[in-house]
Amino acid sequence: MSTLRRDRSHGWLGGVCAGIARRYGIDPALVRLAFVIATAAGGAGIVLYLLGWLVIPAGEATGRRRLPTGRGAVEVAFGTGLLLLSILLTFRALGIWFSDAIVWPLVLIVSGAALIWRGSSAVRPEPAPTGVPGAGANRPVEPIPAAVPDEPRRTVGAVSRTGVGIALVIAAGFAFLQATHALNAARDVGLALIAAVVVLGVIFAPWVLRLVRSLTEERSERIRSQERAEVAAHLHDSVLQTLALVQRSDDPQQVAALARRQERELRAWLAGRPALGQAARLAPALEAAAADVEDNHGVPVEVVVVGDRELDPAVEAVVAAAREAMTNAAKFGGGSTVDVYAECTPDALRVFVRDRGPGFDPAAVPADRRGVRESIVGRMERHGGRARISGAPAGGTEVELVLEGER
Amino acid sequence: MSEPRVVIVDDHKLFRSGVRAELEPLLEILAEAGTVEEAEAAIVEHEPDVVLLDVHMPGGGGVEVIRRAAAAGLRPTFLALSVSDAAEDVIAVIRAGARGYVTKNIAPGDLADAVRRVHEGDAVFSPRLAGFVLDAFTGPAPQPESELDLLTPREREVLQHIARGYMYKEIGLRLEISPKTVEAHVSSVLRKLQLSSRHELTRWAADRGIGL
Repeated sequence: MSTLRRDRSHGWLGGVCAGIARRYGIDPALVRLAFVIATAAGGAGIVLYLLGWLVIPAGEATGRRRLPTGRGAVEVAFGTGLLLLSILLTFRALGIWFSDAIVWPLVLIVSGAALIWRGSSAVRPEPAPTGVPGAGANRPVEPIPAAVPDEPRRTVGAVSRTGVGIALVIAAGFAFLQATHALNAARDVGLALIAAVVVLGVIFAPWVLRLVRSLTEERSERIRSQERAEVAAHLHDSVLQTLALVQRSDDPQQVAALARRQERELRAWLAGRPALGQAARLAPALEAAAADVEDNHGVPVEVVVVGDRELDPAVEAVVAAAREAMTNAAKFGGGSTVDVYAECTPDALRVFVRDRGPGFDPAAVPADRRGVRESIVGRMERHGGRARISGAPAGGTEVELVLEGER
Repeated sequence: MSEPRVVIVDDHKLFRSGVRAELEPLLEILAEAGTVEEAEAAIVEHEPDVVLLDVHMPGGGGVEVIRRAAAAGLRPTFLALSVSDAAEDVIAVIRAGARGYVTKNIAPGDLADAVRRVHEGDAVFSPRLAGFVLDAFTGPAPQPESELDLLTPREREVLQHIARGYMYKEIGLRLEISPKTVEAHVSSVLRKLQLSSRHELTRWAADRGIGL
């Protein structure tokens, strides 16, 4: 993970510490400890944490969060807030303190901003801010805002949360002005202006950011639908082309081969599998090989795969050997269906290729017939596997390819 | 046992008449049906022994036909016949009560043979169905104590051979058991397929809206 994201699956509150720890590859406990120690510096840790919660975008939440920070956890949030307040007051009493003029407005502003941010990211059509309450300078420090779960919330909840957040931020502005006597004297207009800009910035930043994000999402959505249209166009071309070929052909075998190939392509597409030929896994690779053999020899090849695994050089060798076995089966199997069965278990990969032809004695294959000896047996042995060729009791030939070892 | 009397259910007329033309010399074909309603009517009217059942049809598909026949108090043997690749569709029809599944590209003689076998009470598995079942029964069982959730090694072996393209007779030769024993193993697998609570199966069934 290259960018800094809040890691909500491993975090306790907002996943700030876990996110930082993950980004820089350190133990989350150390990061948390650092924040706790920083808290002793006039509550800076708490402010920093809330800021982090605010500005660091959330990563994918995969698991459950540690603390129930969703709806119905208001009590938890409130309790946490009171606890933090008591900690702050303790520091104040002990004299570890910047000044009232800085800490209280900062706490208010961060809490309010957090509420607004959570609210604005919870609902998609951004709710208009509701009536701005009057300057509640005497409001107690708000508890840490409860994180909003990712599922869309009712707009009402988000709006009221946003309202409270705005009230807090404005209160912070007033508290700051009050504490610096700017309000009384109205003499430091510049300071008031700065405070106002900060307040407005904090209030409107989330919406601006949100807008930018939704534009980005829209663009990627458009790209996706374009890709889909391209795939559909490609598909139509292939189907229509096959149908045209079928209409012009009077060779039943060729028609059957065309139909089967088209059927395969359609099925692969319907199942959302990658197009044949660019397969990175065993099952599609085997099916692609079977389709090739079918096209080249006009013999149906039935593939059944149980389990699947990534292609690596050894597995690719198995697929190549299986393709060779299929080709042999198609050539010498008397035109009967070729059955291919592959089975991936945790400790081995087995592929069986079977035809119902007259069968042959592998020992009687002349040495110059390199097909079986080289491309099947030799190839498997070079990759640590083995191949066995046997005549079935009821006729036909079966090639068994085995690749043992952990996947 | 007498030759089975058959009704063919498929929403593709061309395919239906093709199958009929192929089977007519081999079996007694009573009727064809192209919709769920027609199928229900044909089953009630003709009381066939075996219904060749398309998995995919408008209006609920093969599963709905089986349900309606059962609601009408009729229990013909169903043999699913489909081009469908999707495991969930095939498993759903089996769990609804079909005695087997073959793919539409089966040779006419083999199809007639499969119809006779399900009529005689056998379960008919195509290589593809065997693959689906092996897939579904791989991985940990939800209730390890339930024998319905696990395949015995012998059943697994038999299914693997079916997936490899062997006929029951050939499997018997290879495993040195009688074809009847092979058949017993397959029937046992079919029973597990229908009764097991493995979530792979129930999930597939639930996707198709089948309560079991």
